[in-house]
Amino acid sequence: MPDAAGLELIRGEIEADHAGAVLDTGFEHGRASLAIAPEQALAVLTWLRNSPGHEYGFLSSLHAADYLPAEPRFAVHYELLNRDRVERIRVKALLADPGEDSLPEIDSCCELFPTAEFQEREVFDFFGIVFRGHPDLRRILLPEDYVGWPQRRDFPVGGEPVTFTYNEKNYG
Amino acid sequence: MAEQLASEDRTSEVMTVNIGPHHPATHGVLRLVVDLEGEVVKDLKPVIGYVHTGIEKSCEDKSYWKVIPFVERMDYVSYFFQMEAFCGAVERLVELEIPERAKHLRVIFLELNRIHSHLVWLGTTALDLGAISMLWYCFRERDRILDLFEMAAGQRMHTRYFQVGGVIEDIPLGFERKLREFIAEMPVRVEQYQALLDRNEVFLSRTKNTGIVSRERLLELGVTGPLLRAAGEPWDLRKAFDYLAYPKFDFKIPVGTVGDNYDRYRVRVAEMVESTRIIEQALDGLPEGPFIADDRKYVLPPRSELSTSMESLIHHFKLVTEGYRVGPGEIYYAIESPRGELGCFVLADGSAKPARVHFRDPSFVNLQAFKDMSVDSYIADMICSLGMLDPILGGVDR
Amino acid sequence: MRERQLRARDMLRGDLEGDELERYVEEKVVMTNFEKMLGWARSNSIFPLTFGLACCAIEAPISIVTARYDLARFGAEALRASPRQADMIILSGRVSIKMAPVVRRLYDQMLEPKWAVSMGACSSSGGMFSNYAVVQGADKFMPIDLHIPGCPPRPEAVLYGFTKLQRKIQGNPDQGWRARYAAEGTEEWARGGPRSAPSAEAAEAYLAARELIRA
Repeated sequence: MPDAAGLELIRGEIEADHAGAVLDTGFEHGRASLAIAPEQALAVLTWLRNSPGHEYGFLSSLHAADYLPAEPRFAVHYELLNRDRVERIRVKALLADPGEDSLPEIDSCCELFPTAEFQEREVFDFFGIVFRGHPDLRRILLPEDYVGWPQRRDFPVGGEPVTFTYNEKNYG
Repeated sequence: MAEQLASEDRTSEVMTVNIGPHHPATHGVLRLVVDLEGEVVKDLKPVIGYVHTGIEKSCEDKSYWKVIPFVERMDYVSYFFQMEAFCGAVERLVELEIPERAKHLRVIFLELNRIHSHLVWLGTTALDLGAISMLWYCFRERDRILDLFEMAAGQRMHTRYFQVGGVIEDIPLGFERKLREFIAEMPVRVEQYQALLDRNEVFLSRTKNTGIVSRERLLELGVTGPLLRAAGEPWDLRKAFDYLAYPKFDFKIPVGTVGDNYDRYRVRVAEMVESTRIIEQALDGLPEGPFIADDRKYVLPPRSELSTSMESLIHHFKLVTEGYRVGPGEIYYAIESPRGELGCFVLADGSAKPARVHFRDPSFVNLQAFKDMSVDSYIADMICSLGMLDPILGGVDR
Repeated sequence: MRERQLRARDMLRGDLEGDELERYVEEKVVMTNFEKMLGWARSNSIFPLTFGLACCAIEAPISIVTARYDLARFGAEALRASPRQADMIILSGRVSIKMAPVVRRLYDQMLEPKWAVSMGACSSSGGMFSNYAVVQGADKFMPIDLHIPGCPPRPEAVLYGFTKLQRKIQGNPDQGWRARYAAEGTEEWARGGPRSAPSAEAAEAYLAARELIRA
């Protein structure tokens, strides 16, 4: 893993090329993470993949998390891996919730990392985050006509209470 | 008349066939929408989600140790690996060191589970290809492994054996002897399986030079595990990231050359033998000591102490009712499961329940390579590739 | 044994008379009625459907047909892949909301008489997954004849359930289990439970489904 100093160097180099991209860096439990603005996400990923000396060419995982009630609410995580130096770096694109009727949007990285195709569909399925430029963005794990974004924190877990006859007879 | 018949092009129609979600191939509820031209596959779209259980959402509602039985049931053939991914992630979040004995025990069970997963794979894939006898032999061995699991943990499958801090119980007396008998016999059995299949004309002609995807394409698609190793890339997380006690053991990583289905078969069978070697070394070097960490904030105290120490009682009470709190933080921890890189992302917000648990399941990502494997080949080769791809739909759908 | 052989030879030659003949016939012929014989035949030659959903599928149908827990002892080793040829479906695993219509369609495609076994906790009642994605019990959309608890149930437990199913088939082969167990009117909404005021369409749909099952 790039250590804390290496992480700051990376931040500096990215800032030189794409100003205002990196919002924050974090180094915890031995893992480096970069928080970036969503508009520059594709640019930062391309830079990390292509620039000599870094070349994080393998996308291990693309997933999202809902940080409610913190703002910005959503973060799309890109776990990048460099297999030659055996180093991982995490890139978080922070997305705000645009409000009631519209969905948060970010550029798709399918052309950069073809492995992201299914994984971006999964993020769309669970969080409602739209990936612009994805070849086939539709629900993957839930039924096609399902309404709702289950993995958001304000979506209820669901299920039903167990019906016991005793309770119903005596307590209504 | 003959000219009319000759001019009618009968094989240029593209027919869309739906295979599944219920089909005789024993790989779970995978639905494939296949565009066929004659018998040649032109396009393939997997439709998944038929066993989606909302495990990740349910985990947000449960305390950390209750999450362990949930995540076990994702990829239901390699359950120890999911437990290890989750427990390892939480251990890194709380910076808890597990004792050496626990590391060795975890490695033993993980490698036993790897053999178990490969046996199930071999049995069901050979069944799909028509070599039905392999199913009985592989499942005979599998029952022996399940006997070992039952001896240690009480359950054949989904044992909840790993807990944060180590393993839940020490191995009983007689376990080591039975395990040594098993690992002495296992390489002989693997040779017998190879004698059945390796020179079988039908098996060879079905698996050789079918389903080839280049190494670069596999890396682009994020494929890991035996599929990548069969294509010639020696990438194994056990060697790359030193986790648990793997750095202490001496084992090889089988790597293929061509990347066809035959190589995938050979790689997995060789991995079974390597796993027996790892288990033997782990068993030989098994240190004495505690099997779970001492930190009472995260680990239940032994029951004998509950009647004498008030503090233990309070710890036990807090752990069982509320569970331990994991401070704010997030981590992604990946291990090498029989299918590839199994990663666990845990987002903790300081309470006793995780805020987000996500599993990067290898079968889910490997399934994207299926289209590349089967396009422009016969539908029979597609079935063979599906078997060699080894998807477990519980992991794909979570 | 030699005596039996000699008597059989006499019988074939037509040499047994009177008392001897009657005794011979009593020993050899089994008296029964047609339903019992049908039940016995059906229960000992069940064709299960190869249908596995999740973890329980590794235990059944794959593990119970293997050598240690041999399902062939009970005559049920001929697993059919097509629902048209099968008469027992084992729901082995969790039924997700996407899969439920598919399972129902498979069940409908099977021909009478057919039996459904719900194996494991997840298909009997939703199991540990009380969430948005799992149907809380396959009972909600299809009639189940036998529930086998466990997570996953041991193959021996599945075989025990199987023998119970065999006894059920032999005992009473008709499918009207609600009437048989005097369970009419015990549905939640009929009892005044929390959902006792369903919408008109829901009540109609429920009644229609019940008619379908009973028909």
